[in-house]
Amino acid sequence: MADKVLMKGNEAIAEAAIIAGCRHYFGYPITPQTEVAAYMAKKMPKIGGTFLQAESEIAAINMVYGVASAGCRVMTSSSSPGISLKGEGLSYLAGSDLPALVVNVQRGGPGLGGIQPSQSDYFQATRGGGHGDYHMIVLAPASVQEMAELTVKGFELADKYRMTSMILADGTMGQMMEPVALDLAVAPAPAKPWATTGTGMKRAHNIVNSLSLDPEELERLNLARYERYAEVEANETMYEEYRMEDAEICVAAFGIAARVSKNAINEARKEGIKVGLIRPITLWPFPKAPFKKAAGQVKQFLSVELSMGQMIEDVRLATECRVPVTLVNRVGGMIPSPDQVLEAIRKASKNGGND
Amino acid sequence: MSTRQFLFSGFGGQGILFAGKFLAYKGLTEDKQVSWLPSYGPEMRGGTASCSVILSDEPVGSPIVSKPDVLVAMNLPSLDKFEDAVAPGGMIFYDSTLIGRSVRRTDVTAVPVPATAIAGDNGIPTLANMILIGKILKELNDFDAASVDAALKKVISAKHADMLEVNYKAMKLGADYEG
Amino acid sequence: MVVFDKPHALTDVPMHYCPGCTHGIIHRLVAEVIDELGIEGRTIGIAPVGCSVLAYNYFNCDMIEAAHGRAPAVATGVKRADPANHVVFTYQGDGDLASIGMAETVHAAARNENITIIFINNAIYGMTGGQMAPTSLPGQVTQTSPYGRDPKLCGYPIKVCEMLSELEGPEYLERVTVNSVKAVKNAKRAIKKAFQNQLDGKGFSLIEVLSACPTNWGMTPQAALKWIDDKMIPYYPLGVYKDRSEGIVK
Repeated sequence: MADKVLMKGNEAIAEAAIIAGCRHYFGYPITPQTEVAAYMAKKMPKIGGTFLQAESEIAAINMVYGVASAGCRVMTSSSSPGISLKGEGLSYLAGSDLPALVVNVQRGGPGLGGIQPSQSDYFQATRGGGHGDYHMIVLAPASVQEMAELTVKGFELADKYRMTSMILADGTMGQMMEPVALDLAVAPAPAKPWATTGTGMKRAHNIVNSLSLDPEELERLNLARYERYAEVEANETMYEEYRMEDAEICVAAFGIAARVSKNAINEARKEGIKVGLIRPITLWPFPKAPFKKAAGQVKQFLSVELSMGQMIEDVRLATECRVPVTLVNRVGGMIPSPDQVLEAIRKASKNGGND
Repeated sequence: MSTRQFLFSGFGGQGILFAGKFLAYKGLTEDKQVSWLPSYGPEMRGGTASCSVILSDEPVGSPIVSKPDVLVAMNLPSLDKFEDAVAPGGMIFYDSTLIGRSVRRTDVTAVPVPATAIAGDNGIPTLANMILIGKILKELNDFDAASVDAALKKVISAKHADMLEVNYKAMKLGADYEG
Repeated sequence: MVVFDKPHALTDVPMHYCPGCTHGIIHRLVAEVIDELGIEGRTIGIAPVGCSVLAYNYFNCDMIEAAHGRAPAVATGVKRADPANHVVFTYQGDGDLASIGMAETVHAAARNENITIIFINNAIYGMTGGQMAPTSLPGQVTQTSPYGRDPKLCGYPIKVCEMLSELEGPEYLERVTVNSVKAVKNAKRAIKKAFQNQLDGKGFSLIEVLSACPTNWGMTPQAALKWIDDKMIPYYPLGVYKDRSEGIVK
């Protein structure tokens, strides 16, 4: 095991991307993810890579589109308002089946919102964000180590399924420092015979394209894409279960909310309350199976979120509304405290599922 | 010690984040679980800056310190804002050169250190933060020369190696200060 | 002896362009240049959104279809993925390049991005059926300026070459047309130079081609070619607006 170093989450993403073989980064300054760009600006020129500060988020995601078309690992990073601007590009990446990594270090919204941490882009990330039928693989790190590991994983999955992977972090994850081990294993990028790298006069021309004017053809492409998505759902779902063995209450939380919830769960356990946590690591595909299983075991779910209640819909869908699900939240850049979550756990324990 | 939560707070420019980073690196060199979380945004530009540091023998849950075991206040607004948040039985270290009042809580240990004055008297005016750190480590029976030195080498990059000695000196001044 | 043949860099796919449209001529010129420079195997073209959206079917080199206006950003990515090998061109209309994609155009020029841009200015949105373009002339009747373009209401046309020539970045900016045999030959010279510049590492080259759209102008092909002479060239004078290597700068 390599020596651990203290790094900010944003820096860990940047370093992990370089380790994963990413040599092209395009971005536009926005708080609270600026360290990713700063790190890349410093490192890329020294390793023969490209760092380019684009004129806009829109340009940045289209530069990503260009590099992805040419078959190289490529990324951009931003925060909520910037991701909205990238929405067009995300849809085109999906429509052209291009692999890329996009990082969203979320801040409070809507509009210009604030700059403090938030999870209110959950819908945008898991439901698409741009127009059309598509998904991104959405990865939700809850530590600086995971910021690094899921960045590598994001590149690998993007290449494997020709999809965009999104790291859905938040201001806390981006700004905090924790020890991180960077001896990360990286699967080499697969061959990309579809890439536009020049025909070399040896093959028919490749076309990277999302336009299909024939509706039957476009339907066929959509159906084929969703077959691939089904494979992702079957093979790539990730989650963590914490103290769920005998749990009667299940907390659902990801990212920083899961960290806060673990404190509250440990306190509640000291009081004899049987409570556990399911932490989705992939938000899309959502880990439906553990929630479905838990629905036969617990009497209540608590969805702890930094939003007005977005993931809670997936919890209800996964559990088919068999057990009450209660929202425990703060918004606008505020973070639920362990005490707030503990209080909700106590209340759930007393009510015995009567929401 | 299983878990100890620190909150550093002061004006931007007083070295609040650096002091927190030092402590985090010290934890890292001692194989502890650590987290360091800064405040960020416009308040960094001359307003109040703060950072949360957690050192633990177990994995760190929430990195946000809302009930610090140790509060380090380097200006009055910080003491006003966070005094009531300190965990009962906790400690408040504060720069008594810049803070004209004493701690009101009676269920915590207050440690006033005229850090800015000591720093000025010793020709190291920018190192009041490290004087406070020295005092904290002393009071926590954690001032071990070897581990302090190891942490300083981690937090101060090689190109600023000339700063090692003076930082150590500041911490020693803090550790030796008897109020 | 073959006296006329299709360039290798064009595919056999029949083009969809209207009778009298000059896109076909310009496609051919680009393809001839690619043939003559022997770069088809390492050329990647970026198609726009607009009438030439299907250009990716017509060129034999690798092709990418970009979002509306974003071709210069996509080209930037492709070029930087392999700067030593990739030869990258965009083919964009006036709505794509000078309206929705203006930021991408200006900043690629300001960066002197080593790419070639073929800019088709026909003063109209063709594919959507004849709406006012950023380059529609004052008084020009279109579907969305049915009483003639009123500059007081919707501003003045954008002279792209003139505007970009104020930037220090770009290497080469020239406006040409293709409404006569002589003009076509001149256009090919300019397009070839724009590709050669890229091969020589000189940077951003943009060729603005005044082009005819008889369908949406509501004219016969012949009248449309004459309209370029009578109306467009007086507003958009032909010529070199910048050629840094030749010392032509503003």
